[in-house]
Amino acid sequence: MQPTSHAFKANVDKALGDATLQTALGLAMLGFGPKRRSAVERLPEFEALREEGRRIKNQTLEHLDYYLETFERNVTRWGGKVHWCRTPGEAREAVLAICRSVDAKTVTKGKSMIAEEIALNDFLEENKITPVETDLGEYIIQLRHEPPSHLIAPAFHLLKEQVADVFRSSHTELDPARSLVEPRVLCDEAREILRPKFLAADVGITGANCLVAETGSSIIVTNEGNGDLTQTLPKIHIVLASLEKIVPTLEDATTILRLLARSATGQEFSTYTTMSTGPRRDGDLDGPEQYHVILLDNGRSAMLGTEFQDMLRCIRCAACINHCPVFSAVGGHAYGWVYPGPMGSVLTPKLVGVAEAGHLPNASTFCGRCESVCPVKIPLPKMMRHWREREFEQKLSPAPYRFGLSAWAFLATRPALYQALTGVAMRVLAAFGKRRGHFRSLPLAGGWTSVRDMPAPQGRSFQSLWAERQKAKAGR
Amino acid sequence: MSGREDILGGIRKALKRGPLDAAAAAVLDARLAAPARNLIPARATSLDHPGQVELFVAMAEEVQTTVDRVAALADVPQAVAAYLASENLPADLVASPDPVLDDIPWAERPMLRLRRGKAEGGDKVGLTPAFAAVAETGTLMLISGPQNPTTINFLPDTHIVVLRADQIVASYEDGWTLLRQRQAAAGDAALPRTVNFITGPSRTGDIEQRMQLGAHGPRRLHIVLVGDGAAERPAGERPG
Amino acid sequence: MPEQPIRVGLFVTCLVDLFRPTVGFAAVKLLEDCGCIVEVPRAQTCCGQPSYNSGDRADTKAIARQVIAAFAGFDYVVAPSGSCAGMIRSHYPELFADEPEMATQVQHLAQRTYELVSFLTDVMGVTGVAARYDGIATYHDACSGLRELGVKDQPRRLLRSVAGLKIAELPGAEICCGFGGTFCIKYPAISDRMVGDKATEIVATGADTLLAGDLGCLLNMAGKLTRRGTAVRVRHVAEVLAGMTDEVLPIGAPDEAVS
Repeated sequence: MQPTSHAFKANVDKALGDATLQTALGLAMLGFGPKRRSAVERLPEFEALREEGRRIKNQTLEHLDYYLETFERNVTRWGGKVHWCRTPGEAREAVLAICRSVDAKTVTKGKSMIAEEIALNDFLEENKITPVETDLGEYIIQLRHEPPSHLIAPAFHLLKEQVADVFRSSHTELDPARSLVEPRVLCDEAREILRPKFLAADVGITGANCLVAETGSSIIVTNEGNGDLTQTLPKIHIVLASLEKIVPTLEDATTILRLLARSATGQEFSTYTTMSTGPRRDGDLDGPEQYHVILLDNGRSAMLGTEFQDMLRCIRCAACINHCPVFSAVGGHAYGWVYPGPMGSVLTPKLVGVAEAGHLPNASTFCGRCESVCPVKIPLPKMMRHWREREFEQKLSPAPYRFGLSAWAFLATRPALYQALTGVAMRVLAAFGKRRGHFRSLPLAGGWTSVRDMPAPQGRSFQSLWAERQKAKAGR
Repeated sequence: MSGREDILGGIRKALKRGPLDAAAAAVLDARLAAPARNLIPARATSLDHPGQVELFVAMAEEVQTTVDRVAALADVPQAVAAYLASENLPADLVASPDPVLDDIPWAERPMLRLRRGKAEGGDKVGLTPAFAAVAETGTLMLISGPQNPTTINFLPDTHIVVLRADQIVASYEDGWTLLRQRQAAAGDAALPRTVNFITGPSRTGDIEQRMQLGAHGPRRLHIVLVGDGAAERPAGERPG
Repeated sequence: MPEQPIRVGLFVTCLVDLFRPTVGFAAVKLLEDCGCIVEVPRAQTCCGQPSYNSGDRADTKAIARQVIAAFAGFDYVVAPSGSCAGMIRSHYPELFADEPEMATQVQHLAQRTYELVSFLTDVMGVTGVAARYDGIATYHDACSGLRELGVKDQPRRLLRSVAGLKIAELPGAEICCGFGGTFCIKYPAISDRMVGDKATEIVATGADTLLAGDLGCLLNMAGKLTRRGTAVRVRHVAEVLAGMTDEVLPIGAPDEAVS
């Protein structure tokens, strides 16, 4: 998808003014925090597991080349193939070549953020291959021709009435007068419609929550079972994964999985956790005949050794998103690309450029809630600050803002001048603001007073009053 | 330069080193050859086996799995028939060709019609054994193979699993250990294409975050739990 | 109480210095009440957060060097703000990570720097104060204090000792008020939504007073509450703990005596 992150402010205004979106956001965001909290409270070892997760990911990154090569060796050993792709373009071409090799007409897809990142659906359609999203949320937004608004709940910005509308306009083979009021009915309808598509698909594409070097396996986690039908029924299973998904062993993957569901949905464990290794074995009655792993770099290897390396620990649980007050206010689409919320505010500038996505790392109060819930302890605010540093170095922030900052720093490093100037300013402000106690508007403070009053200062500065007190004390 | 060499070269450049030397690689090889366990929560490992069985049942029921406990394999046909009747389900089942299921006296319930093989689109009820089960979260561990097609776990609306209580282990790690022991015993070919950890019936919260059962996989997951696990597992099958 | 009186350097913070000196005097009183000798270095202005959070490391370092020099030699450094104390405690070491020759002094300062209420309770062992405040207060946990310094229970413990004061807990007390330093002027629409939600929650508690430990957040919330025309009195927690609420009107409140 074409990023619209540069239009973040306009996106925000639109989101804040969209009453339906705000209702849906309100409904959805209520559940995430409490569900995660109760799951975490139920597991006394959770904090220690976070530290374990951080350690496992860090140690893996230190030897990333070794683990990727080992992974490939084991995938090959079990009859699969790894495709190393530097760019989204290479990944798309690799997928297309595999699809063409069996003259594929339709492709079923489990949920994959990498597929979004490489804009796979549009590409397949351009090449006369029909992609069918099978995760219910992804299916809904595919029908609506819109991108996901959340990592794990892609249609969470919609109300059930909107789902009913798009089902009615898309499933024209069904009775137009049918009732679509209940979510239960909507789920059943999607199940009915998608079942034959699962059975007919030539190729199944899934993402991966982990790649396991020890065994050459990919692991996916779903609640619906769509990923399993996607990867079991067609002749070919393609796994889309970015290279930082690798972990050394099954035990390491298990630790990540213990963190994942609790952080994401507050479940003890997701309904289906599936490990796949190669194509079907001799004698197997089902399963794919071919197993391919598209291993995507897309700039990730270049994050190693930089201030953004910690981001490569991310397991895409969405806890940072679910606990972000900015995301809660504006939803996912405002961020303008595939990855929303705090993790997106760090990753998106890397993937689409800081000139495009410069707003995202700035649109944070650094409240730190994201870091406090991150299952692998990624210092998200710190990395957003690193982006601000890059922007500052590249002079990407607006000139008046930069001027204001320099002026403040100039004054702040000259205490006497600072005290003289601010002392006068505050006394003037205090005199004008005394009666009402606050200002409805102030010159040069429109950003503040457009939405709230500016409380008036008390009058004299602490420093001047303190000096007086010290003098009086000395004089006694 | 190929993508592979380019990516690996880029990683090494970023890590400020060349390919790992033989000694460093040997250390990592050794780690992979004998995978260490990370922290495992005490929830299940602190219990004795009967306690783990109870925990398994409680955790499974918490996620809408139904569990029926019977004393012996001989009781399974009656339990399955009763369950199907109570849920108003047909008595036609697709069942794994696993010989484990042959030990069950199905003939005593001639109303139950078992077809052995992989599942097809029209199958309503599937029946499988399990490889193991994890007490920690009430999770079943199923593996694929010529006798255990994966489709049975997902295509039918109802999935019935025959599980012996002595198959219940504390943790997923115990499950991996059992899998590795099986692989070591049978040779390399024994690493299955698919390992399914299943924790309750299929579900989705994608519409207004309200949970609905039966999204794409089974609407019902029913476990017939056989025995109390008191009989010792054969020593060779004991995990870690 | 130790034999040698403890020398505390008060980091006033720029907002308290300019907007609300009473908070500084309240801090001094609370520190002196538990036996500390309080000094206020003249060569202090700002902790550097505006520059730091805007990506301007060079200016941040210049400001930080000034703070480090001004506060060398105290037993402790105390700030009536979790955000400024957190800046010195958590972020200065990171800021100077590339200057090993600074490490000792930076670490030394960082380890001795505390948020006011945390210092009173965690270091000085204060369990109660001799103050009276008649009202029902709700308390907002400002983010930096909460998540960088673990300030959560400490202010509540001391507030429970204030005569006449009842506490009505604020749902979502740990959710950001939308201040975020320059964030609130760079993204006013989002900030408005956040502080608006916060104001609604505050009013719904039925409390007549809002307390918090960071003046930036307090100015933001007070500004929204007066814009909405609510009568909630907004104060820094130190004013209440020091029993100095008679000395100054609530933040943003009109002065009825001025015609």
